[in-house]
Amino acid sequence: MPSIIKARGLGFDYVKYTDESENAERVTAIREIDLTVEKGTFIAILGHNGSGKSTLAKHINALLVPTSGTMWVDGIDTAKEQDLWKVRQKAGMVFQNPDNQIIGTVVDEDVGFGPENLGIPTKDIWSRVDDALSKVGMLGFRDRSPNHLSGGQKQRVAIAGVVAMHPECIVLDEPTAMLDPNGRREVIEVIRELNQREGVTVILITHYMEEVTYADHVYVMDAGQVVMEGTPREIFAQAERLKELRLSVPQVTELAYELKKAGADLPDGVLTIDELVDALAPRSEQYADRA
Amino acid sequence: MGEISLGQYYPTNSILHRLDPRVKFIGTIVYIVSLFLVSGPVGYLCAALALFALVLLSKVPFRFILKSMKPIFFILIVTMLFNLFLTPGEELAHFLIFRITREGLVLALRMGIRLALLVMGSSIMTLTTTPNALTDGMERLFSPLKLIKVPVHEISMMMSIALRFIPILTEETDKIKKAQIARGADFDSGGLIKRLKSMIPLLVPLFVSAFRRANDLAMAMEARCYHGGTGRTQMKPLTYAKKDYCAYLITALFLALAIIFRVKGW
Ligand SMILES: Nc1ncnc2c1ncn2[C@@H]1O[C@H](COP(=O)(O)OP(=O)(O)O)[C@@H](O)[C@H]1O
Ligand SMILES: [Mg+2]
Repeated sequence: MPSIIKARGLGFDYVKYTDESENAERVTAIREIDLTVEKGTFIAILGHNGSGKSTLAKHINALLVPTSGTMWVDGIDTAKEQDLWKVRQKAGMVFQNPDNQIIGTVVDEDVGFGPENLGIPTKDIWSRVDDALSKVGMLGFRDRSPNHLSGGQKQRVAIAGVVAMHPECIVLDEPTAMLDPNGRREVIEVIRELNQREGVTVILITHYMEEVTYADHVYVMDAGQVVMEGTPREIFAQAERLKELRLSVPQVTELAYELKKAGADLPDGVLTIDELVDALAPRSEQYADRA
Repeated sequence: MGEISLGQYYPTNSILHRLDPRVKFIGTIVYIVSLFLVSGPVGYLCAALALFALVLLSKVPFRFILKSMKPIFFILIVTMLFNLFLTPGEELAHFLIFRITREGLVLALRMGIRLALLVMGSSIMTLTTTPNALTDGMERLFSPLKLIKVPVHEISMMMSIALRFIPILTEETDKIKKAQIARGADFDSGGLIKRLKSMIPLLVPLFVSAFRRANDLAMAMEARCYHGGTGRTQMKPLTYAKKDYCAYLITALFLALAIIFRVKGW
């Protein structure tokens, strides 16, 4: 399968100016990152605060340009200034705070903002906006003010704003961090549907472990580097290692892990409640017989 | 945490609501200019009648138009008093050091009528046009200024972003205020200086948050390929319809009438 995002030896330093010293201070946020994302896949990136997830995400959208190494989006080197808008059209970005990324004062105008910037003719903007809003299930809210929406709805509008630009890939930087459980579920459902039905490549940055279970491939970051990668099952099988990285595994996985440590006969990296029930089922039948 | 309504838009469906914002803007300017052109009673009567007709057309209840006078009521009275007492001329009456002259009376009345009509006239525009439409209209009207390097698009973008964020920041102010009150802050007692001082714990976090939001928003706009007004298309471009041309014609006739009144001194 062709790759949509490729990073080789990617590194980035923030330059900080402090009051005390004349000289700028350099903070290395990410270093030596290799990443290959295939078209149409669902990727999750995990890591505790300050591990460099946002910095990496901003490279995919060319909001930051690497200090060392190279990032390609659909074969385009993001460091090339003349292709900047092409990169940003191909790789859309959704941020954490829903309030701070909605520009329009009416829902449909906000979704139209990206296509307007791309210079799409008026008639096509309308069809793109209709299409994007219906894909995230917000068509009925098109004339509303974003201020009157719930957090989950605002985030879906933000996703529609990216979808209307017809991107190959959507990067979501902790899109559910400020939402309540309902809002979180709404947003994750929309993201999964976009990935499965529309074949949009998704890169989801999160620290909610439950959201990672849907991913095809997971990267775990720590101190600016990718320290683990694999399928969710492979990652969650290493519960101890995750704890070292100050990450927790989903509740079911944790339970299964503890049961296994206590001597139960269970597979590694149980992801869902159903899986755990199935794994435990033979024994519960035995108990039922005894009773 | 009520949504503050900027520019007091009154939502209903009238012919004035459906007019192009550019027409309404130009119409308002013409109306204001005519108020300063005419100077006789006939002229003012016509202007008042025109205003009355517009109010009827707009379907906005009259008390909303009157409400627009509230903020300037004080200024209006002061201006009228100054004109009344400080204009030299033929004396009509006096008490203590105050003298009322015929010229003063005429000037005060003229000033009062002009200001009142001006404010009510412009309120019709803001009552029938959403702030967003108004920003769009101004951007289009002033776009020739781009030739002399006035950043028209940027100013209009700034205005619409401000419109979007004012309710958010108002809500946030409210939250911070409550949080500070819970920590024992007192915003409502003491003299002016003390009250101003007590605003500091409110303003500092508000500014910090506003800057963070501005930073986030700028990034979100860039991520969605925003790069200024060049090469940008519009989802809802303004286009004139027949009724807009009619409105322009009426506006032009009104201006012509005002000029005639001026010449004749009516
Ligand atoms: N604008 C900035 N200026 C200086 N340092 C920054 C800036 N943004 C992030 N950093 C630093 O870069 C590192 C990675 O941050 P970030 O990518 O935001 O991590 P994450 O998104 O995983 O929380 C952190 O050590 C952080 O302090
Ligand atoms: Mg982050």
